[in-house]
Amino acid sequence: MTVNIGQTSRRTFLSAAICAPILASLAAACGSSGPTRSNAGGGGPGSASYWFLTTQPQEGIRTDTVKRFNAANPDRQIQYTAFQNDAYKTKIKTAIGAGESPTIIYGWGGGTLRSYVAGGQVDDLTPWFDANPGVKNRLFPTAFAPATVDGKIYAMPAEAVQPIILYYNKEVFDTVGVTPPQTWGDIMDLVPKFNAKGIAPFSLGGQSRWTEMMWPEFLFDRIGGPQVFEAAYNGEANAWSNPAAIEALTKMQDLIRANGFVRGFSSITADSNADQALLYTGKAAMMLHGSWTYGGMSTDGGDFVSSGKLGYMNFPPVDGGKGDPSDTLGNPAQYLSIYSKASDEQKEVAKKFFSTAILSDDEVKQWIGTGSVPIVQGTQSELSKSKDADFLEFVYQVSTKAKVFAQSWDQALSPTAAETLLDNIAKLFQLSIGPQQFADNMNQATGK
Amino acid sequence: MTVASPVLRRRRPGSRAVNDNRVAWLAVPAMVFFIAFAILPLLGVLLLSFSQWDGIGPIIPAGLDSWRSVLSDSALPHSLWVTFLLMAVSWAIQTPASLLIGAFLAGRQRYRQWLAVLFFIPLLLSTAAIAITYKALLDPNFGLGVGLGVPLLSQDWLGRGGLALGVIIFIVSWQFVPFHSLIYQGAIQQIPQSIYEAAQLDGAGRCRRFFSITLPQVRYTVVTSSTLMVIGSLTFFDLVYVLTAGGPGDATRVLALDMYRRGFQGNLMGPASVIAVILVLIGLGLAVLLRRLGGGDPTHSQLDGA
Repeated sequence: MTVNIGQTSRRTFLSAAICAPILASLAAACGSSGPTRSNAGGGGPGSASYWFLTTQPQEGIRTDTVKRFNAANPDRQIQYTAFQNDAYKTKIKTAIGAGESPTIIYGWGGGTLRSYVAGGQVDDLTPWFDANPGVKNRLFPTAFAPATVDGKIYAMPAEAVQPIILYYNKEVFDTVGVTPPQTWGDIMDLVPKFNAKGIAPFSLGGQSRWTEMMWPEFLFDRIGGPQVFEAAYNGEANAWSNPAAIEALTKMQDLIRANGFVRGFSSITADSNADQALLYTGKAAMMLHGSWTYGGMSTDGGDFVSSGKLGYMNFPPVDGGKGDPSDTLGNPAQYLSIYSKASDEQKEVAKKFFSTAILSDDEVKQWIGTGSVPIVQGTQSELSKSKDADFLEFVYQVSTKAKVFAQSWDQALSPTAAETLLDNIAKLFQLSIGPQQFADNMNQATGK
Repeated sequence: MTVASPVLRRRRPGSRAVNDNRVAWLAVPAMVFFIAFAILPLLGVLLLSFSQWDGIGPIIPAGLDSWRSVLSDSALPHSLWVTFLLMAVSWAIQTPASLLIGAFLAGRQRYRQWLAVLFFIPLLLSTAAIAITYKALLDPNFGLGVGLGVPLLSQDWLGRGGLALGVIIFIVSWQFVPFHSLIYQGAIQQIPQSIYEAAQLDGAGRCRRFFSITLPQVRYTVVTSSTLMVIGSLTFFDLVYVLTAGGPGDATRVLALDMYRRGFQGNLMGPASVIAVILVLIGLGLAVLLRRLGGGDPTHSQLDGA
């Protein structure tokens, strides 16, 4: 399974979960933040509705895409409304439950999409993709996995790909006189060297929990291959007690015990970007994080990115592990589904929007301009013209060369199972439970 | 002073009955709102607690399933314990502090009036803003301690269970002591000056006057203020959510947060409703208990003297 979130999405989402009430109240105070809405007016038969997420620059790209479509199709209009991440997540759930959903449902694929499918709320798009192979074939094939439930495609992948990357601070590595890790063993060797200099080996915004989750995700894959989590995802009994899983969690806790993570990591949230700040201020040497943090570090980190001090690599292999080191995980794309109870005219408008406006050449250029890699094949020449060419090329390579591009666990699982998972991962990082206890807890929750 | 009891006033037999009837009609608009926005949703939650619902699909009746799963979950006693600890400790800190500050502010000196205004400031801030501010100040890597170079202040404040709970209790007290001080200030100012004068003539000192006059006179205010604190602490959500999100691990996961986590993050509206019902029951129970502890009928006026 693979994942989703648009540019900021994962980071903002969960983190916005935390900030949303605050933002909402601040916003209320400033009077600027309610949902932004296009010239409303009820959606007539020739008009579909579309809700998406705020935060620039992604919001601007989404808005421009709709505007281009509306300008090109005067008789078929898309009414859009933009929401804060957290507000959106609740709102869309309520709207779907109440039968008031927009025509186009913006989402993350995986477990949440599966719950929509189970409720019969979204249309099967497989026949449409079969009839329009051009739409499907120009996108990354890995982007379709999270949109697929029981062999049928229920969502149109959109926007940009976001693998999880191991970032490092080259300057810190030079100061300490060490080289970037090639294997898990190197990582464990590096930890005491950085600690001896008073530099945290890894930055981590642990309060957000999904940041901690990236570690077992990669270790499961590198040690046992993607099938370890897939078994758990498919609800196989005792899948979490797989020896590879136990080994991965043991290695992870070894790293925690060796003070591999920055002091106070469990009270740092990813949405404050304090974890990124630790890396670019040189207080931490490395950080495992989504590709979306690149943009944040280039804007907030002074000349950290522009002067080439930021290093990046795919997660290194674990000695003796069965996983393919080219595998990656993260958000393969964002997903747009069509509400099953929308009128036929609305569905037609939405499909026309998918085939002509989503990831049009103009939109692709805009995504690249913001330092992201849109999920369209053959964009290397565009990428190489960007000021972030090296990084974008790296992300493109990682995303397209990956044997498996897995979706983040919390997105792949049902929301209920994801909550249990995150809860238990947080406890693992607190060292309040061990690998075996974790496996027991998760085995119990599987299938719920 | 009077401690108003908003709901029912026991009707005295006899003469006033007719009058009371007419007055009762005045309660109708409030009742309508109360029923529409408190009683009906409460019934809805009660019904939901006997069903299974993910917030999207249909609501399926599930009998006692949700109750069974919540009551057998080891997370519940933990959340209950954290909630009670937070309630008890913050009460034990806030009550004496607000009583003393209230007594101090009750003086008519001008500088005290100024101080009263200053003390009031935390109450003007939104809880979310307070939480974000404290979170930034307490950050172990970029916070106040590191900025000022004081190692004592650069603890992992929110990253250790006990410390995190302590921080929350501190912030709660900081935020709400002004409010309760205000209540006590009002109550103390209502105590007839003559009682103090009499005591002074009899040679009672400052302390003696406080314990023998002020404290007994504000007895019912203590009950009111304690009820507000205790019931209020059951619903702490915003502060904890922004500050620690219940972490580290589940060290600060209060009941309200557990409810949110299950309902809106885990999509388990049934179990979340069970916790909501438990919260309501605990709240009602505590309110009744506190009224009893207050002794007698708090609606009786004590103004006429000891």
